[in-house]
Amino acid sequence: MPTIILFAPLVGALVCGFGWRVIGETAGQVLTTALLFLAAVLSWVIFLGHDGVTEQVVLMRWIESGTLSAEWAIRLDRLTAIMLVVITTVSALVHLYSFGYMAHDDNWSGGERYRARFFAYLSFFTFAMLMLVTADNLLQMFFGWEGVGVASYLLIGFYYRKASANRAAIKAFVVNRVGDFAFLLGIFALFYLTDSIRFDDIFAAGPALAETEIRFLWTDWNAANLIAVLLFVGAAGKSAQLFLHTWLPDAMEGPTPVSALIHAATMVTAGVFLVVRMSPIMEYAPEAMAFVTVIGATTAFFAATVGLVQNDIKRVIAYSTCSQLGYMFVAAGVGVYSVAMFHLFTHAFIKAMLFLGAGSVIHAMHHEQDMRNYGGLRRKIPLTFWAMLIGTLAITGVGIPLTEIGFAGFLSKDAIIESAYVANGYAFWMLVIAAGLTSFYSWRLMFMTFFGQPRTGAPHVTEGASHGPRGTDTGRDPEGHAHGHGATGGHGSAHDHAHESPKTMLIPLGVLSLGAVFSGMVWYDVFFGETERVREWFGMPVEVAEGYGAAGGAAVEGAAAEAPSAPAEAPAADGAAGTAPPAAAAPAPAEAPQGAIFMRPGNRVLDEAHYVPAWVRLSPFVAMVLGFLLAFQFYIRRPDLPRRLAAQHRPLYLFLLNRWYFDELYDAVLVRPARRLGAFLWRRGDGDVIDGGLNGLALGVIPFFTRLAGRLQSGYIFTYAFAIVLGIGALLTWMTLAGGIR
Amino acid sequence: MVGLEHYLTVAGALFVIGIFGIFLNRKNVIVILMSIELMLLAVNINLVAFSSFLGDLVGQVFTMFVLTVAAAEAAIGLAILVSFFRTRGTIDVEDVNVMKG
Repeated sequence: MPTIILFAPLVGALVCGFGWRVIGETAGQVLTTALLFLAAVLSWVIFLGHDGVTEQVVLMRWIESGTLSAEWAIRLDRLTAIMLVVITTVSALVHLYSFGYMAHDDNWSGGERYRARFFAYLSFFTFAMLMLVTADNLLQMFFGWEGVGVASYLLIGFYYRKASANRAAIKAFVVNRVGDFAFLLGIFALFYLTDSIRFDDIFAAGPALAETEIRFLWTDWNAANLIAVLLFVGAAGKSAQLFLHTWLPDAMEGPTPVSALIHAATMVTAGVFLVVRMSPIMEYAPEAMAFVTVIGATTAFFAATVGLVQNDIKRVIAYSTCSQLGYMFVAAGVGVYSVAMFHLFTHAFIKAMLFLGAGSVIHAMHHEQDMRNYGGLRRKIPLTFWAMLIGTLAITGVGIPLTEIGFAGFLSKDAIIESAYVANGYAFWMLVIAAGLTSFYSWRLMFMTFFGQPRTGAPHVTEGASHGPRGTDTGRDPEGHAHGHGATGGHGSAHDHAHESPKTMLIPLGVLSLGAVFSGMVWYDVFFGETERVREWFGMPVEVAEGYGAAGGAAVEGAAAEAPSAPAEAPAADGAAGTAPPAAAAPAPAEAPQGAIFMRPGNRVLDEAHYVPAWVRLSPFVAMVLGFLLAFQFYIRRPDLPRRLAAQHRPLYLFLLNRWYFDELYDAVLVRPARRLGAFLWRRGDGDVIDGGLNGLALGVIPFFTRLAGRLQSGYIFTYAFAIVLGIGALLTWMTLAGGIR
Repeated sequence: MVGLEHYLTVAGALFVIGIFGIFLNRKNVIVILMSIELMLLAVNINLVAFSSFLGDLVGQVFTMFVLTVAAAEAAIGLAILVSFFRTRGTIDVEDVNVMKG
């Protein structure tokens, strides 16, 4: 069954991508969508029926080279089951949604076929993503990791005639490369130290790694910390965390279904998945975990502040995604991996729905993306409005405080904030503030889009209407709405023509809104309930949970020894200790910890998070209400207020509007020097040295020698014969003298 | 008693005469052909001498081959010479430098 799930999208992608000329474009679309729905149904079957025990399905032997041995295998545990459900469900719904969204596209002229290509890319992405989450070793995971990178590149640059889309695609790819390089270094380090890239062996080596020192960049590091940081940098690249986040907003150049699938629900969460998957290593790297927490919290705060002032509807949601990913990293960083997965799970539904809703709005408004040109759409597209409303309620975290009843975001976000309170004060406050900001920008989006008066064609009455930065903003960045402005006069009547989207687009919205409402309440217990329950659900041995008061390392060893029944781990672990010469400090026969995630016996964050003071549990709710009231005040009651505020605090406003000047900074520090270096190497290095060298050689040196050689050719036989005799004489002399001695 | 060294001396002398015939002679191409014959014969003498000395017939068999090849070569060389004389009107070695680089 996992095999079918894994390969159905691949088959769909291949048939649709290469065979649509034979079977027809519509047939290709239907085929990929049907296969995805099949995969989604099977995923739910696996997810609901999974018992938490890790299984491995070996598909083939892949690489055997020395001690490097990698199988092509599916690792099926709770973590994989969760990701399977998220990926296939969102992907199937996005496929369905794309029927409506991609039916007409102004970027292509009449006769051009682009739909089959789009669907094939989507399916290919899904395959690569499944490959990533089902991987049983790091190499296989890296394959999926790069596969989703390629799919992301192809889909961001789907409108390949738009220069801005191409730039955004390249930017996404290059920024990801930075992270991938660190990820690769992490893999190399793990292989160097444990002599294996299989998860079981690596996980078993966790405690040993924590006691190993490794020299890297002229400094001695703790091996576990170094590996964890390297892996996290890789994760940060994929998940758009601070310093590597710049590609995500630009990635909104792609079609909106792509943004929903790749840049909100699935691919960007791969980083979180990686950190959670590597929990047996992460648990032994406290400094790295603190680093993860701080970066995550800062990203959550940073992205939320930037989201406050963006005007492109998709960019607001993109920054929201970035911010929520920060939440997940905080959860992973403080050691409550189940909660990170919980937020990943609920966020996938919420954010996919918000994006698809935004796509529906954009579709209704004839591809206008600037919120300043929206307004009063509530009555025009009521169903989309309700879907977006549910999404907003869910992401801002509406629920009944101090209970377990509320929208999905309420439960998962509060779980993270409570856990952060236990472990890290900085992260806690950052997240609470970010929660308020989340509420503000989400409601700002709602109010600007659906309430008030239609503003199309009118001078922009909200903030920043007529001042400079907008011009520089749109002029500088490769943003889709630049063309919208030019055409504003043209579709002054877009509001009159605004129409509700077709059923294929509304059904996914409906299904996802179910997820956004209920996914939190239904699975609250197993992700963030009693510790024993969570442990059981993730297949971790429960007895460790009872004994965690005892001394740290001994408990693990004891528990692992008591549970020799672990079916998958047993054979792998036998080899683990023997094949780890660099990590010679390995204590006794190390055994991979059971279960999908691993929590060190001393890790009590999950436990203590249930007993935080009431004000802590209330704080995100209060922040959310404040954010809502502020947005209400700003955009419904006093629509002139934002502009005045922006004028008053212009530097701050510009700072936020330009995204903390990260792009400018990178441009000045990295891009421009790189271009200068490139130009130097091109003109001086290639033009002068290589071309000049070759030309000089071919036109100057070689003719000189040929003339010399030509003069040797007298044409007289006796000259040649004389030369031969001289040669023989010399040869004989040399042979006699040199050879004779020997 | 005439031993191996006498034969080798004669062969070496003939060979050197042949070589000098090639590059000291500036007049006649036919002399060059003759010089080449001389060198081949010197080799033949060498072969036969060693064949007899070592009691191995292979050397003498090889001599027969060399003689055959030498005959063919002389025929072809003379033919080329004739056609060369027809086109250029001279067979002076001094004038044969069409291949000058």
